[in-house]
Parts: sequence; structure tokens; C-alpha cells
Amino acid sequence: MGGAYFPPTSASSGGVRAYNLIKHYGTQKQLVQALRGVSFEVQQGELFGIIGPDGAGKTSLFRILTTLLLPDGGEATVDGYDVVKQYSEIRKRVGYMPGRFSLYQDLTVAENLEFFATIFNTSIEENYDLVKDIYAQIEPFKDRRAGKLSGGMKQKLALSCALIHRPSVLFLDEPTTGVDAVSRKEFWEMLNRLKQQGITILVSTPYMDEASLCDRVALMQNGEVLTVDSPEGVINSFQQPLLAVKANRMLPLLNDLKAFEGSDNAYPFGEYHHVVLKEGTEPAVLENYLRQRGHGPVTITTIRPDIEDCFMALMRN
Amino acid sequence: MKQFRSFVKKEFHHILRDKRTMFILLGMPIVQIVLFGFALTNEVKNSKIAILDQSNDVSTLALRTELAASRYFDIERDLHSYKGIEEAFQSGKIRLAVVFPKNFDADLRHFNKAQVQLIADASDPNVATTLVNYATAIIMDYQDRITHDRRLPYTINTELRMLYNPQLKGAYSFVPGVMAMVLMLVCTMMTAITVVREKEMGTMEVMLVSPVKPMKIVMAKAVPYLLLSMINITSILLLSVFVLDVPIRGNLLLLIGESVLFTLTCLAFGLLISSSTASQQTAMFISLTGMFLPTVMLSGFMFPIENMPLPLRILSNIVPAKWFYYIVKEVMIKGLGFAAVWKETLVLTGMMLVLLTMSVKRFKIRLA
Repeated sequence: MGGAYFPPTSASSGGVRAYNLIKHYGTQKQLVQALRGVSFEVQQGELFGIIGPDGAGKTSLFRILTTLLLPDGGEATVDGYDVVKQYSEIRKRVGYMPGRFSLYQDLTVAENLEFFATIFNTSIEENYDLVKDIYAQIEPFKDRRAGKLSGGMKQKLALSCALIHRPSVLFLDEPTTGVDAVSRKEFWEMLNRLKQQGITILVSTPYMDEASLCDRVALMQNGEVLTVDSPEGVINSFQQPLLAVKANRMLPLLNDLKAFEGSDNAYPFGEYHHVVLKEGTEPAVLENYLRQRGHGPVTITTIRPDIEDCFMALMRN
Repeated sequence: MKQFRSFVKKEFHHILRDKRTMFILLGMPIVQIVLFGFALTNEVKNSKIAILDQSNDVSTLALRTELAASRYFDIERDLHSYKGIEEAFQSGKIRLAVVFPKNFDADLRHFNKAQVQLIADASDPNVATTLVNYATAIIMDYQDRITHDRRLPYTINTELRMLYNPQLKGAYSFVPGVMAMVLMLVCTMMTAITVVREKEMGTMEVMLVSPVKPMKIVMAKAVPYLLLSMINITSILLLSVFVLDVPIRGNLLLLIGESVLFTLTCLAFGLLISSSTASQQTAMFISLTGMFLPTVMLSGFMFPIENMPLPLRILSNIVPAKWFYYIVKEVMIKGLGFAAVWKETLVLTGMMLVLLTMSVKRFKIRLA
């Protein structure tokens, strides 16, 4: 852990703070550590991404922050309120969209929205301007049952329902999983517009490419936060030379790249293999080595790392 | 209040849009009443019998006519030898054989004594006993008629009167039973399932992250099923009065009030089950074994509680259906007033309050 975080002190500050959160499931014999001391801070009005593969602990973290689970250790505040003691305050002011579609499938689009508006003691009319952009797209189908909507439309409805009471903090657990590329792009545009309204947004995703759309991200793996930084900051912290390599026979190439003494890490990346070189190793040396190993024509390009490369590097440490 | 209304509205949507379930819920009492009324009856009617008449005289002929005329018996065949009896039973068609010896009438008239043999299929002991009793009664009747002009030295006449149910109709006891069973099924099982379904579908997760109080969620689930049960109570009562000729002798309002009380008890139990389970299967299983079976077994509806061993008799006291069954019998069949059932009513009220408090207390405000 970075150790740069302090326990939350003032209850007046907005945003989200987590300090050393611990959560485990199961019995003594079969203990599953979901969170092993997670700390981070989200400023008010920030679009904060929690990026990590399946099983990293993202959903457990979200459930603790939305007061659905009690942490086994550590503290957290949402909008200045403690997630354990002041849970009912938090429940009044956050919006939560779980990873799974969790609306009433046998109610229509309009009935779902109306229901969620009333349980938050508000009405659709009162906050219509906030959801207008999103809801307008599904309004033509407002008499259709939610269960009969397409994936993208379900997600828009779920977002509308999570927003209808104008929450101060919005939690979106993997909102883009299983959604097509166009809808994903649209969805991120919607999030950016919501940010303009001053809503703090926490969004988790397994897709590395979405990290660049957040103000700041926390990279998570195995119940731990690897780093918290802006997307540029994460990329800039990657100092070693990075090469993309391609040859005719990709599998032997990967093995040779891993065996190369000047390489720190090698992994497949789309149609290329990415190689992280040790500090001071020249790309020319690698080219020579590969020729000796009998690879024919080889393309080697020096590239700028992206978030996924950073994630791979962080995971190794 | 607006919150609560919109919750109840949502619950109604769930029920009304699931046509198949609703059909089952409203159709079940009708099917059960009809089944118990006409098919699953323990009254013995039209039993097939065989007669081996070795005498063929005036008396045996008269007795034979009497037996045939009764609604309990149908003469299936006439036998000609003892061997035939075994065969007739084995063919499975007859349940009773009546054997008249040779010279039946002559013996009766000259020695004042004659014998008739009744052979019954006792593989079902209750039916066998009933049939033998019916047959004996018919034969005794005949004997009375031929002797009534003569004076016998000593006679004791038993005068029978069956109170409240003079025709000994099974319907009198199963209508209260079916009421208990149907209310139990609809209320306990359906409410248990409906709350657990929200957990399974993930909607509970969203609802918890909202300012709604658990009490409201729980109560709103109960309202539609209470109304549905009212419809069921009405249809059961209408069917029993107009189709099965079971009268409502007591106060109708009292009967309905007690039914509402029992319904609430069942609802509370269903809610308690739902707040302690996580899957629909578990909820269903628990409500079936925890509620439905005791209702059938220990309410006194199928098997008399007085005959049970002490532990079961004690156990039967915690079965709400036992108390309800008793109340309905007293009010509906015997026509008694509130004064006769206030103790039982108090017990049910107590159960309802305890269960309801427990289910609200145990309602989890968090996941897991």
C-alpha cells in the first residue's frame, strides 16, 4: 500500500473515502479474501474509475460503499457519512446500479422509473431534466416491459432509475459489461454530461481501454489497489522501453521473447507481442537475438504504453 | 403513504401479470372443494357386493331387496358356491359378500334363529368395518320389522341422534380443513416466494439502497395476498353453501373476521420464512414442510388429534391451522358465537403478532 492515506476525519467533506477496507467471505477453513486493505479517495464531482479483472474485488468494494455489506475492517465515508453507522443517510443520497440488471422485468419502463422515483420520495417531473438525455432515448418504449428491452436499453433504464432522485454520488458496477461498442461509447458520453452536473461518479469496469475516459483511476487486482492516479499519470509512471513484436510464428516467438535475458516481461497483445525491456537494453540486441533463434522477417516497433501495459507491469511487482 | 401505495401497486402488477400463477391461486380452492366434495370422500357409497343365497326363500329375497335398495350397496353378482366367494374378492370387484345358509327362512320361523355370514375385504380396514356396520344395520332393521308385533322379554333400544351433521356428511369437516389449507398455501408460500424472488432477481439490492423502511417493504408484500385470500374465502364459502349444502350456521362476519386473522398469521409466517432464506426453492420447501404438512397432519382435519401420542398432541398446539380449524368448525358448523372461540382467537392473535414482529426484526437491512 502507498501509505499516503489517512483515516477519514471530517464528516463534512463530500466525495468518497476508503481507508484500509478489508472484506473476506467463507469460514476459517476456506477463507476468500475479497478486499485486503483498500484505500483511496474520490473528490466531489470526480469521475473515478475502478479498473480490474473479474475477481479483483470491485463488486465487494461497491457493496461496502453502498452500505449493502459490512466491512470486516477499515473505514469508509460516502458524501461525508460513515458507511456503517450512518448507512441510512447514505441510502438517501446515493444512486446505485448493480452489475446485474436489477429492475422489475414485469413492470413497464415507465412503471419502473415511477416506482423508483416514489421510493426516493420524489417524482419523475421533479428531476426530469437530469435524466432527460438518457430517458428520452427509451421513452418511445415506455409501455414495454423492462424484461423485453435490449441490453443497451435496459442499461439506460437502469441508469435513469439510479439517477431519478438526483443522487450526490453515483455508483455504477460494471455498467458496460456485455454492452456493444457503440452503446459503451454513448454511455461514457452520458457519464461525462452527468459529471458536469456535479455528481460524483464511481464506475467499475474490467475494460482497460475505458480507463482513459475517467478523471482518475484505481487499478485493482486480487483485492488490492495497485495504484491510484490519473490515466496519464499511470502511463507516465511506466518508464521502461516497450516494444511491439510480430513474426510469422507467434507462439515460438513468445517463448523466445520470454527467454530473452534482456526482457523483463513479454505477453501477447492483440496481433503483436509486447516486450518490456530491462533498463539499458537496446532494441537492436533483441532483433539480433531473434534472428539467431531462426525467426524470419520480424517487425519490431517501439511504442508508447497504454493502461493495459501499465497494469501488466504493476501486476508483476 | 405514497411510497406504500406505490409498493402495493407494484405487488399487484407482479401478481396480475403472472396470469398462470394467478389462475392457480384463484382456481386452487375451487378445485380442492370440488375434489374433496365429490371425489376424495371417505363416505362409503355404491360398494359392490356379492350374494351367495343357498336358501332362496321369502326372507332372503326380502333382505336382498333391502340391501340393493340402500345407497351404500350395489349387488354386483350372485354366487353359487363358496368357491366363488374367493374368486369374486380376488377379481377385486367386490368388497363384501353376504352368505345365506340353507333353510334360512325356515330356521328363522321355527327356531327363532337364523344365521347370515358377512365376509368383508379388510385390506382397507376402515371401509370393511363401515360396510359390515351398514349391512348389519340393514339386517337388524329387517329383524325389527318382522318381530315388532311380538313382545320380546328384554329389549334396549338405542336412539341415535347425530348433532350438527345429521347426515354424517364428510363436507362438514373438510370445508374448514380446505379453508385452512388453501389460505396456508396462498399466504405462506406465495409471500415467502415473492420476497425471496426480489433477492434472487437483485431488485432487493437496489431497493435496500433507498430510504424505504423495511417495515414498508414487508407490509406491502402482504396486502395483495390478503385481498387474494378474501376472494378465496368467499369462493370457498359460496361453493360449500350452494354446491355442497354445508350451511353457515354462525355469524358470517365472525367467520370472515377469524379467517382474516388466520390469513394474517399465515402471511406473517411466510414473511418470516422469506427473511430467513435466500432462494425460492428453499422458501418453497420450508413453507411446504413447515406449514403445509403440519396443517394436513396435525390440525385435526385428516386425523383426530385426540388419538395421537402425547408429544404430537403437544406439538399440534403450535400449528396455527389447528386453532383455525377448531374455530371454523365451532362457528360455521355448530353456529356458536365469539364467546365459544375467544380463547382460540387469542392464541391465533398471539401467534400472528409474534411471527410478524420476528419477520420485521429479522428482515436484513444488508446483503448477506
